[in-house]
Amino acid sequence: MNDNGTIITLTYREAIKQAIRDALNRDEKVFLMGEDVGRYGGAFAVSKGLLKEFGPDRIMDVPLSESGFVGAGIGAALGGMRPIVEIMTVNFSLLAFDQIANNAATLLHMSGGQLNVPVVIRMNSGTGRQLAAQHSHSWEPLFAHIPGLKVLSVGTHEDARAMLLTALTDPDPVIIFEYTSMLNIEQEISSEVQPVDIRRAKVRKEGQDISIITYGPGVYKTLEAATELSEAGIDAEVLDLRVLRPLDEKTIMASVAKTHRALIVEEAWQSVSISSEVSARITEKCFYELDAPVQRLCGIEVPMPYPKHLEDASIPQKDQIVAIVKKILQHEGV
Amino acid sequence: MIGQPASKIKKLPMNKQLGQALLYQMMLIRRFEEKSAEMYTKEKIRGFLHLYIGEEAVATGVMHALKPEDNVLCTYREHGQALARGVDPGAIMAEMYGKQEGCSRGRGGSMHLFDVSKKFFGGNAIVGSHLPLAVGLALADKKMERKQITCCFFGEGAAAEGEFHEAMNLASLWEVPVLFVCENNQYAMGTALRYSHANIDLEKKAPGYGISSATVDGMDLLAVMKAAQDASKQVRKTGKPFFLVCNTYRFRAHSMFDAELYREKSEVEDWKKRDPIAQFVKYLKKHELLSDKEMKIMAQRIEEEVQKAVDFAEAGTWEPFEDLLKFVYSENS
Ligand SMILES: Cc1ncc(C[n+]2csc(CCOP(=O)(O)OP(=O)(O)O)c2C)c(N)n1
Repeated sequence: MNDNGTIITLTYREAIKQAIRDALNRDEKVFLMGEDVGRYGGAFAVSKGLLKEFGPDRIMDVPLSESGFVGAGIGAALGGMRPIVEIMTVNFSLLAFDQIANNAATLLHMSGGQLNVPVVIRMNSGTGRQLAAQHSHSWEPLFAHIPGLKVLSVGTHEDARAMLLTALTDPDPVIIFEYTSMLNIEQEISSEVQPVDIRRAKVRKEGQDISIITYGPGVYKTLEAATELSEAGIDAEVLDLRVLRPLDEKTIMASVAKTHRALIVEEAWQSVSISSEVSARITEKCFYELDAPVQRLCGIEVPMPYPKHLEDASIPQKDQIVAIVKKILQHEGV
Repeated sequence: MIGQPASKIKKLPMNKQLGQALLYQMMLIRRFEEKSAEMYTKEKIRGFLHLYIGEEAVATGVMHALKPEDNVLCTYREHGQALARGVDPGAIMAEMYGKQEGCSRGRGGSMHLFDVSKKFFGGNAIVGSHLPLAVGLALADKKMERKQITCCFFGEGAAAEGEFHEAMNLASLWEVPVLFVCENNQYAMGTALRYSHANIDLEKKAPGYGISSATVDGMDLLAVMKAAQDASKQVRKTGKPFFLVCNTYRFRAHSMFDAELYREKSEVEDWKKRDPIAQFVKYLKKHELLSDKEMKIMAQRIEEEVQKAVDFAEAGTWEPFEDLLKFVYSENS
């Protein structure tokens, strides 16, 4: 924690809003565009009040036309502006996937380095609100598959407050995942904005016995599990991947080399996921450091069912994290 | 001519029985929606809930023009259409509760009501996503030489999506029988029509694709019925698509999470003066097709029917955990 700052309590939603406000104040070329970001106040009230503060040129409501407005955001970035494009939720980004994968990610390469695409695309992701099979998926792995994109996941309030600001200094397209289920959560952070290194994963809790590697909503959940584990005498390290592409191998391997065990937790479906990739890299890069096979706890491979009990059963829960860790460590009582 | 106000329609086959059946339908939708809102605040219904209150004349009027064999596709705001299509109210309520007795076995919830026995191909929660599906269903009917048509409901917000324009072009190019029904309730979440569309005369989008179109007062049941009858007749006769715009208004918030910062209360009140149910009651009474006593009995019957739906949902059961992986592949369903 920065010595200069006092400690303030704020919601994840407020942290993101303050980041957007800072970005708009810092650079005239920055503007926010997205569905219902202005008059409605943001689908999740993140941008509430910003229209009044900055006016319709900088807080731009767009029609329902994801491919169109995301493409236009990419174009505006080519033209020298600094757009923050908001896609209401990741589910609708699939309509804009062509623009992101075929344009944002490729123009630098196809033009032989003549054109870079400094666009930031934010979207809400995550599960847990009983929104069923078209509104509940974690598509992060899909984006993390694509060379040319930088893919970030906002797992803490500090990152919510500052990640966007670093992203806006990047010359290339940055995709930022935020999480609806975290918006109302309050946390204490320093009032002094801490710069976020968007190339690095971050250890959120140090530990000796096992590395629990996660991102997004997995971070707080895993920290809770780690607290419970410490009561059982297990010292787990919690590693927040934070950047899903390009992966920060150095930090991952350093952690695993220390604890010799790894569990990867994510809400996305297991097959062809972030955890698949992390697991493979650990096996390739530090196999001989391992005392146990790498384990994974992921979303169950089913389109998300609506009822609460089936939804809960479809995504990793804290108790499961605790149980698996105990099992990996062959702890008594499992 | 399509889309004239009711007063100008000379000979509409309206008798007491039909009139009261239609009123019952609209009132059932309204009461069902009010009850759904209540059950949402009681946390019996979760997730997103989009109410149809204010728009009842559109589903009721259009559905009246359809035949049992016609296909119907809707958005997430589809309780009204499902009821008007004859999907069992108990099965709808149970679906919103997430019970396995629900019309989609509890897997879909409010936004995904399905009843294939009623040719009701669901509520779709991705805006615009079901329009191409409608074209495909109609294409299959054409290829298989079936005579039915496909009716696709969607909001004016959806008409800004690429999928709308692609679907319109394909339907016209392939000459398939789709009745596109655009429910223009003036807002896409908080985005007013004028902020979504460069040309707010929505009807004009159709001629560019070679599709006939019309606009109707969606608060006037008789006008909607006439327009939908004419439009569906044309689709059946020609086998070609038709674009029908119904101007209407949602009296409630977009969903249960909406603070309604984007519109004036007075605007809502103005539209409420054109309440489709009140207007139709007035019409029926004027023509002596409805007495106060009949109206009272009707309201009582509706209360009972809605309560029965709630009881059915309450009595429903949760799908066991062992079934979680069902319905991913057909083999296991
Ligand atoms: C592709 C897509 N983008 C955004 C959303 C979020 N969203 C849900 S409903 C809605 C407004 C749709 O308005 P309209 O088509 O007019 O229908 P209405 O809700 O007014 O009935 C929006 C933006 C979505 N579900 N799908």
